[in-house]
Amino acid sequence: MTSAPGSLSAPIDGPAPELDIARDLARRALPVAPVAVVVSGLIWGIDGAVSAAYAMVLVVANFLAAALLMARAARISATMLMAAVLGGYLLRLGVITVAVLAVRDAAWVELMPLGLTLVLTHVGLLVWEARKVSVTLAFPGLKPAGSPGRDQRG
Amino acid sequence: MELLNVLAQQEPGELAEGLTAVGRGIVYGAAAIGPGIGIGIVVGNAITAMARQPEAAGMVRTTMFLGIAFTEALALFGFVLSFIVAG
Repeated sequence: MTSAPGSLSAPIDGPAPELDIARDLARRALPVAPVAVVVSGLIWGIDGAVSAAYAMVLVVANFLAAALLMARAARISATMLMAAVLGGYLLRLGVITVAVLAVRDAAWVELMPLGLTLVLTHVGLLVWEARKVSVTLAFPGLKPAGSPGRDQRG
Repeated sequence: MELLNVLAQQEPGELAEGLTAVGRGIVYGAAAIGPGIGIGIVVGNAITAMARQPEAAGMVRTTMFLGIAFTEALALFGFVLSFIVAG
């Protein structure tokens, strides 16, 4: 049985912009991570610095996992994409919960810097990326080579 | 009756500890429901848009990914709040 183009059981063609965005976010996290670690270290000591680093790893892994899941699902079908996004949300939230609860009683964990870094870097990196993406979507001529969403040029 | 007496025995602070755990669960659960609904709306509309206009799929997927990630931040916020406030 073949599916008509644009139907929900047809694969979504084209390159996956999610992977570009997630890679970009991971790249942006590189200069942010030392800042978060140093600030947490200054306020909460070594334990705070290690906790902030752990949170940074969780944030970047979360973005990469979401992008990978969506890109693979989109190659199968739109229905699979929907299922992967909603299932992936539950899965990733569960993994983050387990990852934090597993270490919360460890000697090197400070919950405050861990939580703050988790939320602030997640939102901060997204705002940073959204600024760039919104500009490149609005003015495709200004789009730098290798930027996310470059496949819409046309 | 004897069993009830045994069950009713508790250490000092045990009740507060139990209630804190329940409260933490409620906060996290409530905080995860909203983003779940939000992500459903985002993805549903994105898929409708891609089905109507397949040539715009790249742009739609870019916006969708950012929308999902922003919505997910709310759940993270609830999660962090649940264990930071409860201590």
